[in-house]
Amino acid sequence: MDPSRKRKVRLVVALAAALLLAGTLLYTSFASATEAKSPSQVLAAGSGGGSYEMTGKVVPGSIRHQGATLLFQVRDREGSKAVPVKYTGTVPDPFRDGREVIVTGKLENGTFMGERNSLVTKCPSKFKNDSSGNPT
Amino acid sequence: MAHVGAACLLIGLFTAAYAAVAAVYGARSGRRQFVVSARRATYALAGLMLLAMFLLEVAFVRSDFSFGLVQNYSSTDTPLFYKLTAMWSSQEGGLLLWATLLSVYASVVLFATRHRHRQIAPYANAVLATIAVFFLSLIVIGGENPFAIVAHPAAEGNGLNPLLRHPAMMFHPPLLYSGYVGLTIPFAFMVGALITRRTNADWIRSTRRFALIAWTFLGTGVLLGALWSYTELGWGGYWAWDPVENAALMPWLTATAFLHSVMVQEKRGMLKIWNVSLIAGTFILSLLGTFLVRSGVLSSIHAFGASTLGTPFLIFIGVCALGSVVLIVSRAGDLRSNAKLDSLMSREAFFLLNNLVLVALCVVIAWGTYFPLISEALTGTKESVGPPFFNRITTPLALLLVLLAGIGPMLAWRRGTVAGAARVFGFPTAFAAAVLIAMLALTPAAESITSLIMFTFVAFVFGAIGQEFWRGARARRVTSHEPLPVALYQLIVRNRRRYGGYLVHAGFATLLLGVAASSAFADQRDVRLTPGQSADVGGYRMTYVKPTAALLDDKAGTGAPITLGAVVDVRKGDQHWTFRPGRNYYPSRDKADGVVGRFFNGESNSEVSVKWGPLGNFWTAAQPDISTLEGPIDYANRHFANVSSDQLVLIIAGLAERYRTHSPPITFTAIHSPMIMWIWAGGLIVILGSLTALWPSPEARRRRASSLAAARLGRELSRA
Repeated sequence: MDPSRKRKVRLVVALAAALLLAGTLLYTSFASATEAKSPSQVLAAGSGGGSYEMTGKVVPGSIRHQGATLLFQVRDREGSKAVPVKYTGTVPDPFRDGREVIVTGKLENGTFMGERNSLVTKCPSKFKNDSSGNPT
Repeated sequence: MAHVGAACLLIGLFTAAYAAVAAVYGARSGRRQFVVSARRATYALAGLMLLAMFLLEVAFVRSDFSFGLVQNYSSTDTPLFYKLTAMWSSQEGGLLLWATLLSVYASVVLFATRHRHRQIAPYANAVLATIAVFFLSLIVIGGENPFAIVAHPAAEGNGLNPLLRHPAMMFHPPLLYSGYVGLTIPFAFMVGALITRRTNADWIRSTRRFALIAWTFLGTGVLLGALWSYTELGWGGYWAWDPVENAALMPWLTATAFLHSVMVQEKRGMLKIWNVSLIAGTFILSLLGTFLVRSGVLSSIHAFGASTLGTPFLIFIGVCALGSVVLIVSRAGDLRSNAKLDSLMSREAFFLLNNLVLVALCVVIAWGTYFPLISEALTGTKESVGPPFFNRITTPLALLLVLLAGIGPMLAWRRGTVAGAARVFGFPTAFAAAVLIAMLALTPAAESITSLIMFTFVAFVFGAIGQEFWRGARARRVTSHEPLPVALYQLIVRNRRRYGGYLVHAGFATLLLGVAASSAFADQRDVRLTPGQSADVGGYRMTYVKPTAALLDDKAGTGAPITLGAVVDVRKGDQHWTFRPGRNYYPSRDKADGVVGRFFNGESNSEVSVKWGPLGNFWTAAQPDISTLEGPIDYANRHFANVSSDQLVLIIAGLAERYRTHSPPITFTAIHSPMIMWIWAGGLIVILGSLTALWPSPEARRRRASSLAAARLGRELSRA
């Protein structure tokens, strides 16, 4: 094979590999993605919908323990509509009343059934803007 | 004091601006005195920034609450170590740290190259000074002043967030920043080299050491962050594919790529465009990493509320990216390769492959990290991908990378022959095969195919690296008649870069061994127990022996007033260990919690108890149920609202005693992770390897001395 032809073959092989990888990436990412929704959007979508990643604030005073199951309510950052959540698995340390949390799961009969170990609690304002000094 | 500090920053801003202008003017007009002056301005900048840091540290140590920063992030009861390190948990302090490290790095590199690169260095100086101007403007003009004063200082500060009170967390930000900032050095010299069209490998040789230092810092920072996550956050994991973690990993990956590919440019004069693109990309990614922590663009456990810094940061990143692209495209003619790839069985071909894998890893991680933004732009709905996506897509690439880490060092530059390959690959392949057979016969490793492949590849790397050391030492022994250990030592000392690199590869393989084993074979259980009850986890039997309660006796030294926990007995066969997982309670500042309640309703976090071992770690965390105390706390809040602090201590001691004697249930999390220790042990080997490569060799010191003498002689002669 002459060198220029060899280079062309290499280029085609490389491009094909890159395209294949890009295709795989596109497919897997869209196939495994979960939609992010706020609590009110989850309620609006209703029970029997797909799996969502719900972001909101823990309603103060709503946290209950029932054996190893954790019960709490999450509401919109601004707003009052709250979704009851049933969750099992690891509870991050910063989880508390009023904290912003992300939990993945689906709505069943009005209760958001969180996937095991999917609860993420945002760090309390390491760089807080609030100068009143209350760790919010 | 605060005024002196603020003045340092303002003067620093002007100094940096002057350095940038003077360096460019000096370089363009040929008036060397301006170039020298710009360099000295950079030294002055470093002095000013260090003074500012020092003043702020003094304020922290003295608990001077007239400083807003001290009031917000420290308190009189914060242990000294955390007072000293509280600065970088604030945005203002973080920016100050960035600017200080930048000025110090810039001074060191400009000092080290003051007799070389007379054309490139002034432009590099200008680039570094411009970046300093940007960061100082954020501080001085953007209102992120770390020396802000509060009109009415409080008697007590807020204290450092308890979650951050961990030794690893205190070293993590400065190390990470040292990495990010160090990566600006190759970038600055690259810009200088492109502007002056001096595109040979000289500037790479001069900055490689800085790149390697930065790479080591960045990697160490990431590993310490992982250790903090594992031992402090109470979830037992070390990596969550969180945007901010990914943001630190991405520049590390591209920096790893260019540390390899610049060798190809040095030896063969190839891959020049690729190298400058990687260096520019790495710099942009490290800016993005700094930006992402502060922007709140993506949902992250690290995103600390929306910050006003987003827009200027994004503009600066955009300008840097666009400028780099324009510069590289305009100099494409100067960046042509001097050679062609001769053979696919050569070292350069495998370095190229390793680069493609590393960049592919970086691209897929970037794709996953920014997927919420991508999907919103494409489909209108904000969707995100979780750890399963990252795990699935990075695993094959990581496997390939380990294999390449074994193959690359064994191949010759330019062209390898099949016969030569058979000679070097024989032993590692046989070793890997033997390990594979042993694993299949003796261990349950076959349950996870990916980890089986990973273990086999890791064995291949160990075989390959071991063979290199053995062959080198044997050859030396034959020629110099030294005993084997001496020969091995001399071999490493005389080829530091090469054998340091091999150690890095062995460490990296060890690290991934730990990742594969601990993720594929971990056993985790969350279980609620009362004293006396037991649970089984991964072949271990854990028994909740008794509850514990301690006042002002926090073993971790974080200054927590109350620690509740348990004594746990863990058995396997004849062996048994005692664990003491606990939970620290930090008082809240909310009056609504009540005078007693505030000691229990504030921030609380796990103090995990871990048994480290080469075969596996047993990790426990405890979440005490303090609901039985709610009634008494309520009562105390109402009846003892105005008690003295001595009486308060007695009341809290009584509550703790009540907790201890009332058999409280505790939710335990127990995890058995096989070989997880090797993640950090492998990291240590990597650090050891890069230190070996970094250490100046005796020859290099002699060379430098003679080149200094030559430069001096040259100057004398030109004057004469």
